[in-house]
Amino acid sequence: MTRTVVSALLSHWMRNPLQLVTFVTGLALATALWSGVQAINAEARASYDAASATLGEGQFDQVVPREGTSIPLDRYVALRRAGWLVSPILEGRVGSVRLMGLDPLTAPGGLSPVTPGGETPFLEFLTPGVIYAHPDTARALPELALRVVPDPALAPGLALTDIGAAGRLLGRDDLSRLIVARSQPLSRPPLASVAPELRLEPARQTADVGELTESFHLNLTAFGLLSFAVGLFIVHSVIGLAFEQRRGVIRTLRTLGVPLPRLVALIALEMLTLAVLAGSIGIVLGYVIAAFLLPDVAATLRGLYGAELTGGLSIRPEWWLSGLGIAVLGTALASAGQLWKIARMPLLASARPRAWAMASRGGQWALAVAGLSLLALAAGISLVGAGLLAGFVSLGALLIGAALLLPPMLALCLAGLTARARGPVSQWALADTRQQLPGLSLALMALLLAIAANIGVSTMVGSFRLAFTSFLDQRLAPELYIAAETVSEAERIEAFLIVNARETLPLARAQTVIAGEPSQILGIRTGPTYRENWTFVASGPAPWDAVAAGSGSVINEQLATRTGLRVGDEITLEGETLTVSAIAADYGNPLGQAVIDERIFAAIWPDRPALQFGARTDDAPALRDALIAKTAIPASAVTDQSDLKAFSLAVFERTFSVTAALNVLTLAVAGFAMLMSLLTLSDLRTPQLAPVWALGLTRRQLGRIELARTVALAAMTAVLALPLGLALAWLLLTVVNVEAFGWRLPIHFFPGDYLRLGLYALAAATLAALWPAWRLRETPPSRLLKVFAHER
Amino acid sequence: MNGRICLCLIWALLALAPLPAGAQGFAGLGTDAEGFATPAPDPDFAFPQDHGPHPAYRIEWWYLTANLTGPDGTPYGIQWTLFRSALAPMEAEGWRSPQVWFGHAAATTPDAHYATERFARGGIGQAGVTAAPFHAWIDDWSMQGASLNTVSLTASGPDFAYELSLNAQGPLVFHGEDGFSVKSAQGQASYYYSQPFYEVSGTLTLPDGPVAVTGQAWLDREWSSQPLADTQAGWDWFSLSFDSGDKLMGFMLRDRDGGGYSSATWIAADGSTTAFPDGAFRADALAQSTVAGRSVPTTWRVTLPERGLDATVSALNPQAWMGLTIPYWEGPVQVAGSHTGVGYLEMTGYD
Repeated sequence: MTRTVVSALLSHWMRNPLQLVTFVTGLALATALWSGVQAINAEARASYDAASATLGEGQFDQVVPREGTSIPLDRYVALRRAGWLVSPILEGRVGSVRLMGLDPLTAPGGLSPVTPGGETPFLEFLTPGVIYAHPDTARALPELALRVVPDPALAPGLALTDIGAAGRLLGRDDLSRLIVARSQPLSRPPLASVAPELRLEPARQTADVGELTESFHLNLTAFGLLSFAVGLFIVHSVIGLAFEQRRGVIRTLRTLGVPLPRLVALIALEMLTLAVLAGSIGIVLGYVIAAFLLPDVAATLRGLYGAELTGGLSIRPEWWLSGLGIAVLGTALASAGQLWKIARMPLLASARPRAWAMASRGGQWALAVAGLSLLALAAGISLVGAGLLAGFVSLGALLIGAALLLPPMLALCLAGLTARARGPVSQWALADTRQQLPGLSLALMALLLAIAANIGVSTMVGSFRLAFTSFLDQRLAPELYIAAETVSEAERIEAFLIVNARETLPLARAQTVIAGEPSQILGIRTGPTYRENWTFVASGPAPWDAVAAGSGSVINEQLATRTGLRVGDEITLEGETLTVSAIAADYGNPLGQAVIDERIFAAIWPDRPALQFGARTDDAPALRDALIAKTAIPASAVTDQSDLKAFSLAVFERTFSVTAALNVLTLAVAGFAMLMSLLTLSDLRTPQLAPVWALGLTRRQLGRIELARTVALAAMTAVLALPLGLALAWLLLTVVNVEAFGWRLPIHFFPGDYLRLGLYALAAATLAALWPAWRLRETPPSRLLKVFAHER
Repeated sequence: MNGRICLCLIWALLALAPLPAGAQGFAGLGTDAEGFATPAPDPDFAFPQDHGPHPAYRIEWWYLTANLTGPDGTPYGIQWTLFRSALAPMEAEGWRSPQVWFGHAAATTPDAHYATERFARGGIGQAGVTAAPFHAWIDDWSMQGASLNTVSLTASGPDFAYELSLNAQGPLVFHGEDGFSVKSAQGQASYYYSQPFYEVSGTLTLPDGPVAVTGQAWLDREWSSQPLADTQAGWDWFSLSFDSGDKLMGFMLRDRDGGGYSSATWIAADGSTTAFPDGAFRADALAQSTVAGRSVPTTWRVTLPERGLDATVSALNPQAWMGLTIPYWEGPVQVAGSHTGVGYLEMTGYD
């Protein structure tokens, strides 16, 4: 008997192979998005764990010169021979690329791209030399005598090579700094007795890389959940369709004497098998998505936080199991209700497959109440709550609340339209649309979420981009940037610039801790460039005068957010007390920063002279050439502002490429959900359409009405998605961003983008509706006639 | 003894390094490639110059092992090795130098084994060897003296260090045919001589504190450009000092097909030597130990019938695994049977 029941159940899929394909595809897509995002997250976390020992040079203590940026080679040898296990680094610029030379023989674990025992071209690295760089960076490198190996795992803008090759390329025979290996011999003399002109700089606190990157992963996880929610809608509609279409078969089987428990068990087993199959396909797809996105994620994490992520993706149980689990769980959730209905179905009940599509008015009200309370919750949390988690909870409440509100809102719109409709056909069409709303509502919710997410994220990225470019314009005002290698070179450059440039802007840097937050201090020459170009988030009266007087400091927004410092508060820098005179937006780095005048800077850090200069000029190329000719600095030490801007923008664009890709995928999945629901409905609706057809509407007209109805519903959904998307953008910009990055962005609107997104959504809906409408048009009259013949 | 590691290391370095298109010749490792000099029979050594480096040869080492005893009679062993590996048959100033140096140091007690390694570029002074006065160094490790007869030896790792004085009580000895040592039936060979007669005293610092030690040490000098035949899987190398005053250097090179190639030098107490051809010396594994997750023979029966030798060689500490960039087993041994004494054993190819 079991065999017969199974073959009866399976015959449904045989007759509707397309439905089987869509069921499997829908579930697979949902699982793919979920497990893809999970795979990326799992990979990133595993990388942090594995690399916590080798997270890059910032993890190691360093030996640096007390003055200048040069260590003679013999100091290095002297330290090694005294038992100090240090490894040399030589740094410089080749065009716009930072070239870093290292010694693969002595570099502590993880720093060098090649190792003596490793499977990489170690020999070629030593001689004649190879350059490793990210593919984009590799393209930006000028023509060099060495082979360039593109390596997507490297940070943008950085090129790694052997220290000897770096010396030849940069024309130097000294070193920039030394990395101190963690494991050192039993005893060694103090640094001061071997090389008194060098000092030990302790490792940067990189332990909080996980914390920094957490927001990024939360972002990804949110996307994963969103796509899974959309996926659940798909699964729900497919399963709904499958069950409805088989009501007849099931009734027949029951009538023939199949016991209910066995029937339910077999259907559950069937669903489970399909879920595992679809889930497995989804996991494979998810792997592909993750492998495709991972290089961008890695580059983003490195660009933003300096966290290293390897390029490779491994298959980890935590993501493939969760993907499979979610697929099975989603199927179970969706089919539980249906199985319950079957279990309760009276043996001789009509197989009329409309029951599930009907929803009572009471249900609409319940949805509206639930949706409104969730919206209230979202508003409450965003006003009262603090922290990234609160931001995301409020985001989730907003999205779900809005989705629940969608059907009642649409019903309201349709009711309004029905009241104004003239003519029987349009009245029928509108009434029919309202009647179908419950069946379509899940797909429409998915569409709503997808459009809203798109609007929200594109608003965020667009606002960020505008803020960032205007920030770049402010900050990168000097036409030329010059990096000196030594103090004497810095003196020559400054002397030349004072005579030849309109304004000379020296920049000295130091690290310290302000109010418990590790921060960077910039020593500047307060002048017209700063006064005219910098805009502030908040400022006291005449902030630059206070800075020039040595009593004030301009801090960045990150520092202000994290420490709670406000304008007028006092900060202490190595014993010197200054007042916060202004707070400036800073999208350039995740660290806190304080800007002070060069005189007070020199008083606090006499051993940190300015080694970077900005120059204002009307003729940048001429000044550049004269500077190189007069001061004999290498051409690579001078950077053009426009190059720098282009480079910074390139880093920024990468940051959001992942988000954009996920966005497009979400919209595609929503379109798919739409198609599934429409297919479901179109099969169920023959009994309702047959009378209309019998009354004289042609099948062609019916098809056209179907298409128009779908497009109209999608359009209404898109319009409703706009305020939701903007609310989402507001949450992302003012809550999530502040928590994650420490900066608040002014919100900008992009009507053109929204229109385009709306059109995409309409296009997706039209595409989804085309096929069901075409099928309706092609329905054989005999099938429509059957409705009357088989009066049930 | 001790030739083996370096061959193994160099082979690993070369094998793991796909070379640029212009240097395809490296692929055939068995051939004399790339202008490196190759050892020839009837060597004419010149001292002290030959104690210094030979950059025209691909590989070279200064390899010292010592069997030591603490004040309470506890046996210890130490190893100090400086390897030179040339990427090209030349020397140059600064980072351009194609010479790569690496050092291995180890200290072994009956229940602990400490090993560490160092790497250095040639040309910048971080590592090197001068013949007169003799000075071999890498980082803070050094072997230094007015001549090779009297040297002080230091090395340090994260968990051990030693400072020893070495005094040679006998002459240099030459292996194979006057220092031309053949390593396979195909003719691979090296230049190979030793100073096996050092008396040692000094301090060995272990995690528990310093220990005053005395004992004997054996220095191997070897250089070549030819790796082993590619049919050879690994080797078992013995340097044994018998209580009678006689010494034995013997090695078995294991073929992949199960065969082998053996060679031995019998060193009388007065320093006179007898070289034995393939087959005279035999070493057969008697017992295995599980070391670093693999099975390694740590008890051997060694025989040299011509000298009436039939003895059991057993590791002082079977766990003397050198878990370095290129892993191998190296540690002190004790000899019992027809002859008694101490020595060192090195085994490679048990990965």
